[in-house]
Amino acid sequence: MTELQAGEGAQVLEAPRIDARPQRFRDLFIALAAFVVLALLPTIFGSKQLLDFVIRCAAYGLFATSLNLLVGYTGMISFGHGMFFGLGAYGFGLMMQKTGVSIPVAFVATLAITFIVAAVIGAICVRLKEIYFAFVTLAFQMLIHSTILSWQSLTGGDQGLRGGIPRPPFLGIDLSHPLHLYIASCALLVIGLLLMRQIAQSPFGYTLRMIRDNPTRASFIGINVWRAKLTIFVLAALFASVGGMIMALFVSGAYPEFAYWTISGEGIFINMLGGVTTFLGPMVGTVLLLILNDTVTRLTEYHGIVLGIVILFFAIGLRKGLMDFVVEWFAQRREGANG
Amino acid sequence: MDLDALASCFASPACLVTQTTSGLIIGMLLFLVAVGLTLIFGVLKVVNFSHGAFYMFGAYFAMTAYQVTGSFALAMLCGAGGTAILGLIFERAFMSRVYGADVLMQLLVCYAFVLIFDDVVRMIWGPEFKSMGMPAAFQVAPLFIAGGVVPPYYLLLIGVALAAAVILGLGLARTRIGKVIRAAAHNPGMVSALGINTGLIYGGVFALGGMLAGLAGALAAPVRSLTPGMGFSVLIESFIVTVIGGMGSILGALIGALLIGLIRSFGSLGFPLFTEGLMYLFMVIVLVSRPTGLFGKEAA
Repeated sequence: MTELQAGEGAQVLEAPRIDARPQRFRDLFIALAAFVVLALLPTIFGSKQLLDFVIRCAAYGLFATSLNLLVGYTGMISFGHGMFFGLGAYGFGLMMQKTGVSIPVAFVATLAITFIVAAVIGAICVRLKEIYFAFVTLAFQMLIHSTILSWQSLTGGDQGLRGGIPRPPFLGIDLSHPLHLYIASCALLVIGLLLMRQIAQSPFGYTLRMIRDNPTRASFIGINVWRAKLTIFVLAALFASVGGMIMALFVSGAYPEFAYWTISGEGIFINMLGGVTTFLGPMVGTVLLLILNDTVTRLTEYHGIVLGIVILFFAIGLRKGLMDFVVEWFAQRREGANG
Repeated sequence: MDLDALASCFASPACLVTQTTSGLIIGMLLFLVAVGLTLIFGVLKVVNFSHGAFYMFGAYFAMTAYQVTGSFALAMLCGAGGTAILGLIFERAFMSRVYGADVLMQLLVCYAFVLIFDDVVRMIWGPEFKSMGMPAAFQVAPLFIAGGVVPPYYLLLIGVALAAAVILGLGLARTRIGKVIRAAAHNPGMVSALGINTGLIYGGVFALGGMLAGLAGALAAPVRSLTPGMGFSVLIESFIVTVIGGMGSILGALIGALLIGLIRSFGSLGFPLFTEGLMYLFMVIVLVSRPTGLFGKEAA
C-alpha cells in the first residue's frame, strides 16, 4: 500500500472545535470582577500599607507573569528578564525627568524603547539553547547593569535616579495622589494579565507550548521557531517593562538594583514558588514572596536563612510550586470521587 | 574612558609588568574557582550556583585557622580541607536529591544555600569587613622585574594555582581514578553497571570542586577583604570564565580565566567605570560567535 492509498483510506480526524468565545468572556468577566474588588479595597481597608503592598504586587506580578510566558509556556529559562524591568523603570524615569512629556507619552515611548532593545537582544539570544540562553541573557542583564552604573551623567550611577520623578496630572488622573496611583496600578495589572492570558490561550500560545515540548517537531510542521521565540521574548519584555514603570512611579525613582540580576533570580523564584503550569501561579508566588519577605525582615535580621529554608521546602519537599500542588491535589480528589 | 592611561601603560615596561601580574593573580584565583565549577558540571551535569559560597568559606576557614595557629600552611590546609568536607555533605545531603529534577529545581536549591551560607557566615564571623593580614613569611621587599613591582606572595599564588592545574589535568588524563571520573561523566549508567559506586564519585567530584574553590578563597584571604557576600562576584566571574572557556573543559577554564584576569587589570586602566561591562561584552561576543565557548564540545 502506498502512502497515497493509506491516506485515502484513513479517516479524516475531525478536530474538536472548541469555541474560544465563552472562555474569553469568562476571562474578561473575572478580570472585571478582580478590578472592582481591588478598586473597592481602599474603601473597606483604609490602610496605606495594604495599598502599597498591592502596588508592589502589581509591579512584581506583571514582571513574574511575563517571565512565565518564557519559562513555563515556551521553556526558555531567561536569567536576564530583570533587565527589562530595570529598563522600564529607568526609561520612564529619565523620560519624565529630562523631557517633561506627559505620562501617557512617556509610557508609550518607554514601551517603544523596550521593544527595540528586546528585539535586538532577543535576536542574538533566542537561537541559543537552554543553559547557554540563560547565561547570555544573564550577561546582557549585567551589561545593562554596568552601563547604568558607569553612565553617571545620565543615570546617576550607583545613586540611581534621585530627586523624584515628576508626575503631572493628565486626563484628570493625578498619579502623585496615592489613591490614583493605586487605581492606575491595579488597572495596569488587570489589563496586563488579561492581555497575557489572551496570548497564552491563543493559537500562538499553543505554538509556544509545542516549541517547549518538541522544537524539532514544531519546525518540521513549518513553524518558524526562531521567529516565534523572538516574538514572545519581545512581548514578555514589554510586560516586564510595564512592571518596571509601575515600580518607578511607586518609589518615584529608579535604582541600579532594579536592573541587577537578583531581580531576575527573584522572578524565577516567584515562578517556582507559585508554579509554572497555571496562568495565575506566578501571581500567587508574587503575593507569597512579598508577604514572606515583609514578615521575615520584620522578625529577624537573618532573613536569608529563613527564606532559604522555605525555598528548600518547595524545591526538595514539594518539588513543585504551590499552584501546581493545589491543582494536582484537586485532580486527584476528583479522580478519587469518580472511581 | 581613559585611553591615554592605557596607551601610556603599554609604552612602559614597568606598568606592563605590574598590570600583567595583577591580571594573572585575578585570573589564577578565578581559574581555581571556575575549574571546580566546570568539573562539577562536566561530571554531575549540574550548574553549582552556590560555588561562590565555598570560596567564601575557604577564606573564612583560613583566616580563623591562621588566627588560632599562626601557621600559614595550616591555614591553607584548613581552607581547602574544610570546604572539601562541606562540599561532600552538601552534595550527599541535598544536591543528590535533585539530579533527576529539572534545571530550575537545582538552581533553586543552590540559590537557597547561597542565602543560608551568607547568613551563617554573618552569624559566626559578623557582617563587617575582615582581613587576615599578610603572613610574616611574605612580608619581605617586593621583587622588581623590569621596573614593575611584584610582591613575592603573588608568585606563590600563581605557582600554587598552576600546580593545581597541572595535577588536575594529569590526574584526569593519566590515573585510574581520572579515567573513572571521565567515564562517569560520559555514561554514568554504564559505570555503575560495572560495579563502581557512582554516588561516591559524584560526592568526590563535588568535594574536589569545593576544595579548589576553598583553596582559592584561602589564597585570596591575605590579599582581599572578607565579607559575607564575597562569594558572589567571584561566582559571577567564574561563570563567565566557564562559559567563555566552554562548560566542562579544564583548558578552557584556564584560558578563559587568564583572559578575564587580563581584561580586568588592563580594562581598569582604560575604562575605570566600565571594567565589569567589558567582561560581559567579551562574554556576549564569544557566545554569539561560538555558542559552546572557546573549548566547548558541540552540543549534541
